[in-house]
Amino acid sequence: MSIGLPHFLVVSTLVFLLGLYCVLTRRNAIGILMGVELILNSANINYLAFSRYGSANYDGQIFAIFVIMLAAAEAAIGLAIVIGIYQTFHTIDVEATETLRG
Amino acid sequence: MMIGLGDILFYLVAGFTVLGAAGVAFSNNIVYSGFAMMAAFMGAAGLYVFLAADFVAIVQVLVYVGGILVLTLFAVMLTHRIADVSISNRSVGRLPALLILGFVGTMMVQAIFRAKWHVLATLPEPMPTTAGIGNAFLTDYALPFELASIVLLSAMLGAVLLSRKELRA
Repeated sequence: MSIGLPHFLVVSTLVFLLGLYCVLTRRNAIGILMGVELILNSANINYLAFSRYGSANYDGQIFAIFVIMLAAAEAAIGLAIVIGIYQTFHTIDVEATETLRG
Repeated sequence: MMIGLGDILFYLVAGFTVLGAAGVAFSNNIVYSGFAMMAAFMGAAGLYVFLAADFVAIVQVLVYVGGILVLTLFAVMLTHRIADVSISNRSVGRLPALLILGFVGTMMVQAIFRAKWHVLATLPEPMPTTAGIGNAFLTDYALPFELASIVLLSAMLGAVLLSRKELRA
């Protein structure tokens, strides 16, 4: 069996699941952001795989570029917020920053 | 069954990607997680090359490895004493997380192998994609392209505003 669409989908599923695990189990805010980046990467692999195997135009690749762009913006804002939290609470443990909980 | 060189290369790159992602998820030290993330990103760029997306692969290396990863490592260095290892504590707990993962993963794998994907009968030859993507950005995708520049500009300004101490009340 030569390399086909399911191979890429399985790889992206594995990356997605590892990213989800990272988001679920980390209490470190930067660790959670890393998990989100992995999930966005797996979505990109899917976009490009469907673009390669399902169509002959560039739409999937352009969506992947927009995803990369949004990931960059998300990382910049997310890390700025993390640094703001660190300056206020002197930790980035997301369970130590629950002052809004009633 | 004949296994070609391309297939072996694919399995190597895919294994590299998944191992990098596993390193991000399971490493106890956040700095090691960052470096494992580099492996995952480079592996994903290799997969993009296999999918005949040369431009996206280069953008992936430039933006993810050159930008996001460096930014993440900077944030790690700014917020942690490096020797501090007690950071990999859990919020959900390992067992419930693995249960959720097993459930979601089973569903996704079932979907992958049961769905009838629309696949082209003959794949087009891999061609350079940069010119086509550039034309699409300046014609069909002109409005999203401009919106993307606004998003990036406001994200940049917002990041500066959020991380400056004296500007926050």
